[in-house]
Amino acid sequence: MSAATEVRPEAEPGPGPAGAVAAHVKGYWAEVRSGEVGALPAVAGIIALCVFFGISQPVFLSVGNLANLFGQGAAVACIAMGLVFVLVIGEIDLSAGFASGVCASIMAVVLTDMGLPWPLGIGAAIATGVVIGLVLGTLVVKLGIPSFVVTLAAFLAFQGLVLIILKEGTNITIHDETVKAVAGGNLERWQGWALLVVTVAAYAVIQLNRWRRRVGRSLVHEPLVVVLARVGALTILLGATVFLLNLERSANPQRISLTGVPVVVVILGALFAIWTFVLHRTRFGRHLYAVGGNAEAAVRAGVNVDRVRIAAFVICSAMAAVGGIVAASRAASVDPNTGGSNVLLLSVGAAVIGGASLFGGKGTVRAALLGGAVVAIINNGMGLMGLSAGVRFGVTGAVLLLAAGVDAMSRGRGKLFGRH
Amino acid sequence: MLLELTGLSKRFGPVEVLSDVDLAIDAGEVCALVGDNGAGKSTLVKCVAGIHNIDGGAIVVDGEERSISGPRDAAALGIEVVYQDLALCDNLDVVENLFLGRERRRGLVLDDDEMEQLAAETLKSLAVRTIRNLRQPVASLSGGQRQTVAIAKAVLWNSRLVILDEPTAALGVAQTRQVLELIRRLADQGLAVLYISHNLNDVFAVADRIAALYLGRMAAVVDAADATQQQVVELITSGRSGTLGLTDQNGVRP
Repeated sequence: MSAATEVRPEAEPGPGPAGAVAAHVKGYWAEVRSGEVGALPAVAGIIALCVFFGISQPVFLSVGNLANLFGQGAAVACIAMGLVFVLVIGEIDLSAGFASGVCASIMAVVLTDMGLPWPLGIGAAIATGVVIGLVLGTLVVKLGIPSFVVTLAAFLAFQGLVLIILKEGTNITIHDETVKAVAGGNLERWQGWALLVVTVAAYAVIQLNRWRRRVGRSLVHEPLVVVLARVGALTILLGATVFLLNLERSANPQRISLTGVPVVVVILGALFAIWTFVLHRTRFGRHLYAVGGNAEAAVRAGVNVDRVRIAAFVICSAMAAVGGIVAASRAASVDPNTGGSNVLLLSVGAAVIGGASLFGGKGTVRAALLGGAVVAIINNGMGLMGLSAGVRFGVTGAVLLLAAGVDAMSRGRGKLFGRH
Repeated sequence: MLLELTGLSKRFGPVEVLSDVDLAIDAGEVCALVGDNGAGKSTLVKCVAGIHNIDGGAIVVDGEERSISGPRDAAALGIEVVYQDLALCDNLDVVENLFLGRERRRGLVLDDDEMEQLAAETLKSLAVRTIRNLRQPVASLSGGQRQTVAIAKAVLWNSRLVILDEPTAALGVAQTRQVLELIRRLADQGLAVLYISHNLNDVFAVADRIAALYLGRMAAVVDAADATQQQVVELITSGRSGTLGLTDQNGVRP
């Protein structure tokens, strides 16, 4: 056998499409067995939780509750997406929750107290996030203080900062309609469908282009069936979501009609697309993973490791700001508890449940979204079951521990199957 | 000569780690660098790689004296070092590791397909048959495969001198043989190879010439074909062997 065919086994006359699909599935299964579980636990968790809550509390599966879930989970999902960047380089940001509170407070002051228009409010919040990230990142990277300590200190300091900005804990109401629409608004029905068509078309074009390029270069490629199946699955999933969200979900449709895809779903989708692109398709994203995998190797390869690490903190805090905006929008107000309480732990939990590793080098934006869904479903379902806050904290903690356990074990398994 | 070291000296404070070392390596040959622990092998490598500044003597590349003050300078001269601890990212796949820090792009976007194709071609040119899936994470590779990736990474950049620091130290018998074959192929393709090893069997299996360091001084550089293992062992342990080796200022053997 020549080297060429060994490097590219799929270039040989294959055993037919069915065999190719089987080989693809087998390859995926081998990856899972070697510890690359990826999104599998989160997806399985979502399905299991939906079945469980759906049976015990039928209202859980109502359309109204589906829309509700997105609203409840959005802020945590945003913060979790940012945390993925810090987790990938093997650091942690414990201050992300209160950073979102600080940014939301700044926005509230700009909007309500100063009466300025919404672009300035949102801009100020995100700019605050960027500055926070720069400061945290510089302290960790240039001074070499462990991120755990820096961000723990910031956790306390930001809690105080929120109190100071809100003048010892007053509640600032947000009146701006645009900002309130971030978490409260819905698209028109046709807008939802149009968005679906655009998204699916874009996904299909990207996937097919990639497939065509790889076939053209006779590189190892997935069978076309698998590519088409993925596009089809996305179409069905998004189509069902849009269809359900376009149904009337108001308790009293005569008085007020409530339909359409929530705006926050579009925002989450857009952020997901942007950050996935950054992580997987840009040099910066590649370097993030390299720094998390082996910083010394990255240095020797000429990567500007310090800059990459600081940028990760900046992205994390900026996404915390987005999370803060979403939370403030949902509550239509900012108070000293915005971004506090369990927000941070839920966000870290979301990222880890989705498959980001606390040991660095591993994690995707998709993980943050899937994990965020798990966390939101648990809280929502247990709330519907009427469980006390104490039980809910306990269960969420247990799930986080379970996810971290899976992370640690899959790492061990990877080692076992890896070297030597 | 591709690389010539003349009168190279390096001291750390009062300790002279390298004194007056001469060594020349030409394209297409494997030169083994042997010596006991503390003989100065690693220091010599780091001087050539630009990690240490030299205190005396000269580094001459293609007949021109060069000052190498960092790994980038060395890379610009076509000198690549494969360190013992490999410097691979376990979580990245083979292609990603090979191109780390020098990724190909189309505009802003990484051109992964182009990189994968180039990686496949490089491995093919090295007749590497042990790595089947270029998209598997390096963590899942065996020690020999990892070493192969590290070496391929060094030759991917039109390098002309590859320095290998104990590439077979942690490998089993079969994998050692694979790596030695790969080293031989590098030289056959016209690269100069400086191969550092403790294992004289491996050294004799692959090297054209053997340079023995003894306490920071070059005891002798011998042709592998003319030397015996016994002689090399004596050069390593006492700095001399028969008519070979070091003499003191009065011409007396130490």
